[in-house]
Amino acid sequence: MTRMSGAEIVVKSLIDQGVDTVFGYPGGAVLPIYDEIFKQNSIKHILVRHEQAATHAAEGYARSTGKPGVVLVTSGPGATNAVTGLTDALMDSIPLVVLTGQVPTFMIGNDAFQEADTVGITRPCTKHNWLVKETDALAETLHQAFHVATNGRPGPVLIDIPKDVQFAEGSYMPPKKAKTSHYQPQVKGDMQEIAAVVEAMAKAKRPIIYSGGGVINSGSGATQLLRELVSATGFPITSTLMGLGCYPASGKNWLGMLGMHGTYEANMAMHDCDFMLCIGARFDDRITGRTDAFSPKSVKVHIDIDPSSINKNIRVDHPIVGDVGHILEDLLRMWKADGRRTNADAVKKWWGKIDDWRAIDCLKFKQEGNIIKPQYALERLEALTKGMDRYITTEVGQHQMWAAQYLGFEEPNRWMTSGGLGTMGYGFPASVGVQIAHPEALVINVAGEASWLMNMQEMGTAMQYGLPVKQFILNNERLGMVRQWQELLHGERYSSSWSESLPDFVKLAEAFGAKGILCDNPEDLDEAIKEMLAHDGPVLFDCLVEKHENCFPMIPSGKAHNEMLLGENADTANAIQAGGAVLV
Amino acid sequence: MSPLDLKKGASRKSAYDLKTPFSDVNERHTLAVLVDNVDGVLARVIGLFSGRGYNIDSLTVAEVDHTGHRSRITVVTTGTPQVINQIKAQLDRMVVVHEVHDLTVEGPSVERELALVKVRGTGTERVEAMRTAEIFRARVMDTTTESFVFELTGAPDKIDAFVELMVPLGLVEVARTGVAAMARGSH
Ligand SMILES: Cc1cc2nc3c(=O)[nH]c(=O)nc-3n(C[C@H](O)[C@H](O)[C@H](O)COP(=O)(O)OP(=O)(O)OC[C@H]3O[C@@H](n4cnc5c(N)ncnc54)[C@H](O)[C@@H]3O)c2cc1C
Ligand SMILES: Cc1ncc(C[n+]2csc(CCOP(=O)(O)OP(=O)(O)O)c2C)c(N)n1
Repeated sequence: MTRMSGAEIVVKSLIDQGVDTVFGYPGGAVLPIYDEIFKQNSIKHILVRHEQAATHAAEGYARSTGKPGVVLVTSGPGATNAVTGLTDALMDSIPLVVLTGQVPTFMIGNDAFQEADTVGITRPCTKHNWLVKETDALAETLHQAFHVATNGRPGPVLIDIPKDVQFAEGSYMPPKKAKTSHYQPQVKGDMQEIAAVVEAMAKAKRPIIYSGGGVINSGSGATQLLRELVSATGFPITSTLMGLGCYPASGKNWLGMLGMHGTYEANMAMHDCDFMLCIGARFDDRITGRTDAFSPKSVKVHIDIDPSSINKNIRVDHPIVGDVGHILEDLLRMWKADGRRTNADAVKKWWGKIDDWRAIDCLKFKQEGNIIKPQYALERLEALTKGMDRYITTEVGQHQMWAAQYLGFEEPNRWMTSGGLGTMGYGFPASVGVQIAHPEALVINVAGEASWLMNMQEMGTAMQYGLPVKQFILNNERLGMVRQWQELLHGERYSSSWSESLPDFVKLAEAFGAKGILCDNPEDLDEAIKEMLAHDGPVLFDCLVEKHENCFPMIPSGKAHNEMLLGENADTANAIQAGGAVLV
Repeated sequence: MSPLDLKKGASRKSAYDLKTPFSDVNERHTLAVLVDNVDGVLARVIGLFSGRGYNIDSLTVAEVDHTGHRSRITVVTTGTPQVINQIKAQLDRMVVVHEVHDLTVEGPSVERELALVKVRGTGTERVEAMRTAEIFRARVMDTTTESFVFELTGAPDKIDAFVELMVPLGLVEVARTGVAAMARGSH
């Protein structure tokens, strides 16, 4: 067996796992590993400007490639700064492998310099974590970490490596030898249950497919099968925020996103359907609204690889545990082999109803006067980038919802957003990670000015590595989403929801050596966007928009799907009652 | 307890019921959880319960397989059927967990607990304490002229009853192990 230092083992393990990029930030407790990184050329290290940004960049890398994102940070503050990204990745099922340095084993527990109980702190925000106390165990643990992060429901894992373990010699073990037999989540679905679903599909009069992030987790094969399923059945399909792109936005069966800020037709169809096929989504509270009024008349199927997602919020009739790709393959095969047909007359009538809902045109807005509406800005961005090799990341807030509503995604892995945790500051570093993975592509971060400021230091990273990321800021000078809730819920008392003392974004860009563009007039918008697209380098685009625009449609918290508030004329005064107000 | 021989994840034959009835009635369940005996495993399990707001009525843990480094955690919990199923699914998906058994639904089982009970008293109280201990088949593990330490094993409610009877007789201190449980029969 080959003997080498712990630090060498770390780097060799990463190389053998096919890692090409590590996002990180050095410090005392990881210096031996940084030294090994210095000595090799297979792995590129991207020096971020804050450890939180390293984790989000790795998330962007992971979501846009389907590969795990890798992070390397030091002990103590390096590790604690990574906590937000770990939690974000756990909520959104993003595979990350995070390596943290730790004080030497013989000093653990002594409040040593930059000591933190990293495995203790990160236990609830990782899928699994390890403290490696022996160099001989390092290689196997690293390989197991990649296995756990990427198998079953993907998620972040963390390996805490004391400095003496990095220096000591140990033996290396290649990935194939590492024991992973114990963690083998079930991927094949129960055939009896699949048969029952085929039966129910044939009978359905008012069917809907409710797809989610799990389809994207499952890989491009699953996306393909989902599309086949839709064309084989003609069923309408909606998706969660996390699943956008698994079915093309231009597809004729597409109803748009569902949920709190989803389309009228998607939510009404969810409410009135008699058959719901949930594929890799988790009945999140942004989707269900009031659970006791959620889709009361439907037979519900739930395909999910994580048994704990099933019956967590909503009771379903046909639970199928397994991987979306495997299950859809069996489902389609059985559908075809049995020569099944849908209840065509009934489904046609159902489409008629859906078309009536569509006719409401719930996303319509009026661009009048000389102030840019945020929806208009996104509509133009969409029009001017359509067909390009485009990846979108977002921050969190109104702009995020508008991006989900007004941008169309034709393919999976093209849309990176913080859904479950809703982390402001996610989008900019995520765009950095995406651009690293796809150097030639157009990468745009749709941002709010408040969120963007949370990780603005990453301008340095973008400049250093020449990443032409476009920061498209819809600047309403407000914490817009918070302000909207205060309008609906707290009598328009706008407590601390202003963005005061904003920087001059153009000058800020220039201070970093990047390009800044300011646009405050609808007439100039197209030219300004084109200028942004034409610039080969990072751009900070400060788009001044309507300050008090609300994001509609909206299902007020505590309400049912068929109690949506639509745009313009919505009666917002008493939209949310006491019961709903405690919900967020 | 027979190993279920299931891969990680679940099928309709799993420890947890994927078609659980939704009911508001709280039930008491005894779970046996086989885990890798590695650093922090107990913190993981307890953290799951506290983080997600589940109840722990009793919890015992010890390594039961010294060569395979497996520990057995017996946890008694209460919750609605839906919550109980969530607990089982959440436990089962942890990387360190090998098997989860719900002894309450998998068939008849035995539940035993051990308690040490210290009683101080003289005269008739002391005699009465000794007599009660005999009825309960408690053993005297330590004695002084004015105190006893009894050892008692049995089902938790038997121990509850004994402790209650000791209160007027000079109960000083109680130490209980928590429940150890096992399915009846040859499997
Ligand atoms: C301000 C704000 C507003 C929001 N409003 C909305 C809204 O209006 N509408 C909306 O949809 N969301 C909204 N969200 C996002 C929401 O909070 C959730 O993140 C999102 O709805 C969850 O998406 P999902 O159900 O697809 O699950 P994900 O979080 O993507 O989870 C995926 C599910 O699939 C399973 N899975 C993973 N891999 C596989 C596999 N290979 N095979 C099978 N199953 C697998 C997982 O176990 C999990 O259950 C909002 C977020 C924010 C921040
Ligand atoms: C880290 C973090 N802190 C606080 C919040 C709560 N929050 C949600 S949206 C929002 C306002 C976001 O403002 P901005 O980025 O300007 O976007 P806008 O809503 O105006 O489009 C806040 C404060 C959050 N999601 N994340």
